[in-house]
Amino acid sequence: MSDKKPISSVNDFVVRFANVNGSGSASANEMFARAILRHGVPVSPRNIFPSNIQGLPTWYEVRVTEAGHLGARGGVDMMVAMNPQTWDKDVAGIEPGGYLFYDSTKPMPSTKFRDDITVIGVPLTAITNSTYTDPRQRQLFKNIIYLGALSALLEMDPRLIEQLIGEQYKGKEKLLSSNVHALHLGRDWALQNLKCPIGLRVKKSDKVGDRIFIEGNSAAALGAVYGGATVCAWYPITPSSSVAEAFTAHCKKYRHDPETGKAKYAIVQGEDELASIGIVIGASWNGARAFTATSGPGISLMTEFIGLSYFAEIPAVIMNIQRAGPSTGMPTRTQQCDIIACAYASHGDTKHVLLFPEDPAEAFEFAAAAFDLAERLQTTIFLMLDLDIGMNHRLCRPLKWDDAKQYDRGKVMTAEMLEEGRDFGRYLDVDGDGIPYRTYPGTHPTKGSYFTRGTSRDRYARYSEEGSVYADNMQRLVRKFETAQDLVPRPLQANAERPTKYGVIYFGSTSPAMDEAIGLLEERGHQLDRLRIRAFPFHSSVASFLAEHDFVYVVEQNRDSQLRQLIVNENGIDPVRLVPIVHYDGTPITARYIAKAIGDHQDHLKVTPLRKAVS
Amino acid sequence: MTYIAKPKFHHPGLKKNELGYTHRDYEGKISTLCAGCGHDSITASIIEACYELSIEPHRVAKISGIGCSSKTPDYFLGNSHGFNSVHGRMPSVLTGANLANRDLIYLGVSGDGDSASIGFGQFAHSIRRGVNMTYIVENNGVYGLTKGQFSATADRGSKSKKGVTNTDNAIDLVAIALQLGATFVARSFSGDKSQLVPLIAAAIGHKGASFIDVISPCIAFNNHAGSTKSFDYVREHNDAVNRLDVLVGRDPIAVDYAPGTVQVVEQHDGSKIALRKIDADYDPHDRLGAQTFLAKHAAKGQIVTGLLYVDPDADDLHAHLNTVETPLNTLEADTLCPGSAVLDKINASLR
Repeated sequence: MSDKKPISSVNDFVVRFANVNGSGSASANEMFARAILRHGVPVSPRNIFPSNIQGLPTWYEVRVTEAGHLGARGGVDMMVAMNPQTWDKDVAGIEPGGYLFYDSTKPMPSTKFRDDITVIGVPLTAITNSTYTDPRQRQLFKNIIYLGALSALLEMDPRLIEQLIGEQYKGKEKLLSSNVHALHLGRDWALQNLKCPIGLRVKKSDKVGDRIFIEGNSAAALGAVYGGATVCAWYPITPSSSVAEAFTAHCKKYRHDPETGKAKYAIVQGEDELASIGIVIGASWNGARAFTATSGPGISLMTEFIGLSYFAEIPAVIMNIQRAGPSTGMPTRTQQCDIIACAYASHGDTKHVLLFPEDPAEAFEFAAAAFDLAERLQTTIFLMLDLDIGMNHRLCRPLKWDDAKQYDRGKVMTAEMLEEGRDFGRYLDVDGDGIPYRTYPGTHPTKGSYFTRGTSRDRYARYSEEGSVYADNMQRLVRKFETAQDLVPRPLQANAERPTKYGVIYFGSTSPAMDEAIGLLEERGHQLDRLRIRAFPFHSSVASFLAEHDFVYVVEQNRDSQLRQLIVNENGIDPVRLVPIVHYDGTPITARYIAKAIGDHQDHLKVTPLRKAVS
Repeated sequence: MTYIAKPKFHHPGLKKNELGYTHRDYEGKISTLCAGCGHDSITASIIEACYELSIEPHRVAKISGIGCSSKTPDYFLGNSHGFNSVHGRMPSVLTGANLANRDLIYLGVSGDGDSASIGFGQFAHSIRRGVNMTYIVENNGVYGLTKGQFSATADRGSKSKKGVTNTDNAIDLVAIALQLGATFVARSFSGDKSQLVPLIAAAIGHKGASFIDVISPCIAFNNHAGSTKSFDYVREHNDAVNRLDVLVGRDPIAVDYAPGTVQVVEQHDGSKIALRKIDADYDPHDRLGAQTFLAKHAAKGQIVTGLLYVDPDADDLHAHLNTVETPLNTLEADTLCPGSAVLDKINASLR
């Protein structure tokens, strides 16, 4: 008997599915999230999975959020506990007044439950075993059966789920009908045996609008297609593999010559990350738009080549889908922990351009823009996603493309320009922006050829170990990086309703949680101006923002507050004025966490000074 | 790599090829390698092969890794783009360059340290992918730039200049290339220009991965008693399936003798070598036969030279990937970008 009133909430709750990896639950769980979307209610799902194939625990969390909060909330209102191994932890994670949904085929001792939650048992195994004989069918349809039962408990429209099943199994009538049958098995059992609906309910709404539901990795891959990437070299590594796989799928669909059937792209699965970035650099040196996708360990392996790209000034695009490090770390958990490693990758003095998209829509835009930037700046561009954006479906604005757009191929000297007698020095800064002209191999029989090397050379690409020549080159590279400030996406600022001395800086996948946290902080009486950084090098508005506030919180998902370090390093600011707010357990940062951390600090700032108290 | 460019003047009566280019048009900067280095002889052979093939010099992309051998692209085809990348990674850079523009000729120059040690993986994978290239290893069995350490092609039991005995087995890059499916496999000797030039020319003409391992004595660190990559050792242990002509600089020596016979030729320095023209029964189209032949002679401590295997019907990575004939680096937004209408449909499918 519950000693806490059951949670009652319409279109605002969190359901978490606890499953065993390899049990085939992912499809049913994702269908649950999509079905809610079809009700016009925004959802924010997150896949929390282990770094193995079968047997270990996996969770899928769906935040139902009519208010449109797309960050993780924290806490679970309903646990669908399908994994005996994690039972105790799963039950403990339910919010007071929440719900526990479980397979009641086998009786459980009362000690396994809590008094302050509502327990809902459905004999899933018994239902499946009485209907199916094939073991795999039993496993798979059990998932659809619990989806059916949930649809009754949450008062969902079964027709919308049937519609989804129809889309998923289009042309496979047998699978379609058997899935619909399983859905109704669970739904009917719940309607007949349980009190439906419960306090958590899904009600049709119109809050989704024209938004789309897509994974960041897929959107970034599509951005590469639209951005004109023709060469992709990659090596499988979680959580980035789906970028290259999606790029392959998109290219197969959109990049074949209609007359010959031939491919307008080349994709190579390299033997390792070193080869992958080497292929990218070779292709870019020769004038193709090329990229690779990887994660932290891959970046480590690529750093020698990244230094070459910087020093020899060869375009390259690297999509880094960050995961928890260092070393192997937690390969399937999210973090924003490669900021420093990427910003200064390789030996010697280097600085690299980083782009920080907040969601799949920006992942698409920034991925496409990365190729323009790489060619304009002739250097490596990092697209810094993370697992939370990359591998989770995220609701975002529709992807947009301007058909009038032409690719910015940067400063390329053609045969005609050489014929005109233009002075070609590969490392000549003719425009004062630090960016030299390059020629593609094969351009002209007698003019414009040069030797690309990682060793020092003069403005005409002639090998030189003269100190002044080296320093001249390094200074020009700094000028080029300064030029990049105005080419990369600018930070976006949003001010509090009232003037405030406090600000907060954040970036990337933290964005939705931060947006929500601002509301929670306002409820506590704290006003903060916000600055979302979207790229490194930092635009001058970052320095202005720092100057305008007494304290600026820097919210990020790593231990050492790496963005804060970068800001301090690049702006020469007193570190005391930048307050780190860090979250690094591998789960996505939540609004609750941010609001508590900043709120507590703000409360502390408002403590009456001691001298006043004693006077 | 040098500060010193070659003088631009040349004799007006220099012989010209079909394109009207002279040898000088295929040269690069003055070599800064040690006088007598076998690598310079390979450079000369590359120049000769490109001249004979009447290749437009600027249509060649010459790519290397790091090391003495990898410096050499600066010394030939001065009007070509060169790329001295990072140690052992020439194959990946070349692969990428080739994917970007299939219309150029790709010369990959590497060394034994570059290809058999740090770059062994990249060597193997570029070969198995069938990248259309001529991959030349200038093989001296030693790290020259770092002053004399063994490389992975140094024979077991051979000695370094400091007297250290190599206890590791050697990697035979030719055997590996054959095993990996290279469609053109050859070995030669840097001083044997008359053998090496046609091999390079044939490799350039071959569509697919062409691999030539060129034994190239290091005059500074691996030309001593105890080395199995010295001039003397190679002279004594050469068993050529085609023909052999060891040259230590100076003018080439012309020989004229019947196939299947052996002729002793006195060199400029007074040394004598035995030349053997290709065996009548050797079939360069038989991969298995080549592997057996190579293994048999390796067991005797002999170095087999010549064209060991060729598949005249080979194709390349572009064929495997079914890429368009137009070089990928020339494609622009109008042909690459699916456009906003397609994006609208994609958006609709994601709701």
